[in-house]
Amino acid sequence: MTSKHLSESLYGWVDERLGLSELAAFARHKKVPVHSQSFWYYWGGISLFLFLVQCFTGVLLLVYFRPGAEAYESVRQITFVMHFGWLIRSAHAWAANLMIFAIMVHMFSVFFMKAYRKPREFGWLSGMALLGVATVFGFSGYLMPMDELSYFATKVGLEIPASIPIVGTAIANMLRGGPEVSEFTVQRFFALHVVVLPALFLPLLGFHLWLVQRHGNAAPPSEEAKPASERKSEPFMPNFLRKDLAMWLISLNILALLASVFPWSLGKQFDPLSPAPVGIHPEWYFMSPFEMLKMIGVVLPGVWGEIGGILIFSAGILLWLLIPFYDNSSESGRRGRRAHYFGLFAVISLLATTVIGYWTIR
Amino acid sequence: MSENNNLPANIVVEPGETLTRRFFMTAAGAAGLLYTAALAYPIYRYLASPEEMAMNATAVTEVTLKDAQKLAPGSVLMFKFGTAPAMLIHHEDGRWISLTAVCTHLGCTVQYEPQADRIHCACHGGVYDPYTGANVSGPPPRPLKLFKVAVSDAGVQVSRA
Repeated sequence: MTSKHLSESLYGWVDERLGLSELAAFARHKKVPVHSQSFWYYWGGISLFLFLVQCFTGVLLLVYFRPGAEAYESVRQITFVMHFGWLIRSAHAWAANLMIFAIMVHMFSVFFMKAYRKPREFGWLSGMALLGVATVFGFSGYLMPMDELSYFATKVGLEIPASIPIVGTAIANMLRGGPEVSEFTVQRFFALHVVVLPALFLPLLGFHLWLVQRHGNAAPPSEEAKPASERKSEPFMPNFLRKDLAMWLISLNILALLASVFPWSLGKQFDPLSPAPVGIHPEWYFMSPFEMLKMIGVVLPGVWGEIGGILIFSAGILLWLLIPFYDNSSESGRRGRRAHYFGLFAVISLLATTVIGYWTIR
Repeated sequence: MSENNNLPANIVVEPGETLTRRFFMTAAGAAGLLYTAALAYPIYRYLASPEEMAMNATAVTEVTLKDAQKLAPGSVLMFKFGTAPAMLIHHEDGRWISLTAVCTHLGCTVQYEPQADRIHCACHGGVYDPYTGANVSGPPPRPLKLFKVAVSDAGVQVSRA
């Protein structure tokens, strides 16, 4: 038997049992719309790629990281003793930031292309849930080195659940493992970061990707308005996939450049008795809500400002989350335009408060 | 090149073109390989770091055991020679013997038994002579290696024989 015959009969054997040819046929028929805004279709894939980078570099860090009382010492060892440990840690930190950025670009492009409309409501909701879990990934991962910055960031961050009336203190103590941020906090954040959050994220991601396969890429309203004969598309296999992978390669190069040219720093070991370092500020993706709460605090001082701020904030997020249910028309009428303005308002206020936040760091 | 086999017969491939295509494919393959190597090298070195540290530790040729000269006759002191366990035996007759404590069969740590006057491996029942390290019975294929021992007032110096 020639090798061609052998591989054919092997493929036949596997195909009969796993149905590979059905998958191949599905992939052959999958099409992606081509239009002036096609560029934004890559950002979901870029987010996915960066998540894979996180899994990979995360496992590598897990090889030497020791949670609990030795957390700082083990990160110091990774950064300064193990060969290229600094690079792997830097890649993990940079890819985390780039992933949040890519998810946000993906979210806003979905919003402005109105890709959340029927039948893609679950895609929007699961995507928002993924962003939510990703920010908790970011928050919990930030504590892992247990240096000064991570200590104070966690201390401040946990004041937000603590400000919930009645149950707040109990929730914050449960998350912290006691009244103060300590080795118990890093130990339970570690469990959250490497077990609980992946266990939530992976099935959500599977669901999200399955929905993309089921419904395909959404065309924006301007494309939908065109007659079918004028709409263009290209096969996913191999045309779009090839470009998708090229984007992954570009992302990897940008990541490698950032991680090696701007290595992530490690501060001094945390010390509950030393004052907070000057110029301490939240990560950029928490800067906007932080600044908004500060602004509301100026208008409405005291506890009421905090509660009011959290209420206004929750209402805004709820409004954002429920967009598929009140902007569901396929025509770009007045209601559609209103959603568009809401999106513009969200982008502008996010950018403005972030800029103000960085501007006012002392 | 095999790519040409896929071309329909009526397409004539200029020799120059084939060379360009072949050159391009080779160059792309080489670039891909270099790229993969550039990614794999730091990861390999990162994972191999403890192994390299251990290599530095095994380069040790002698160990000084402080106050070990006070070891009572008929007893044993376990210590690390480099990274591997080793034993120092002070025999009832006053002789000092030091040997590796790693069984030559499957690498378990062996034990000196003063009552039976033997070195025994609990994993598969290997037995060694406590004076020479010779494999006496059981599965061990080779004897335990002996170290040189020098006893002084400050301690015991063990070195590679």
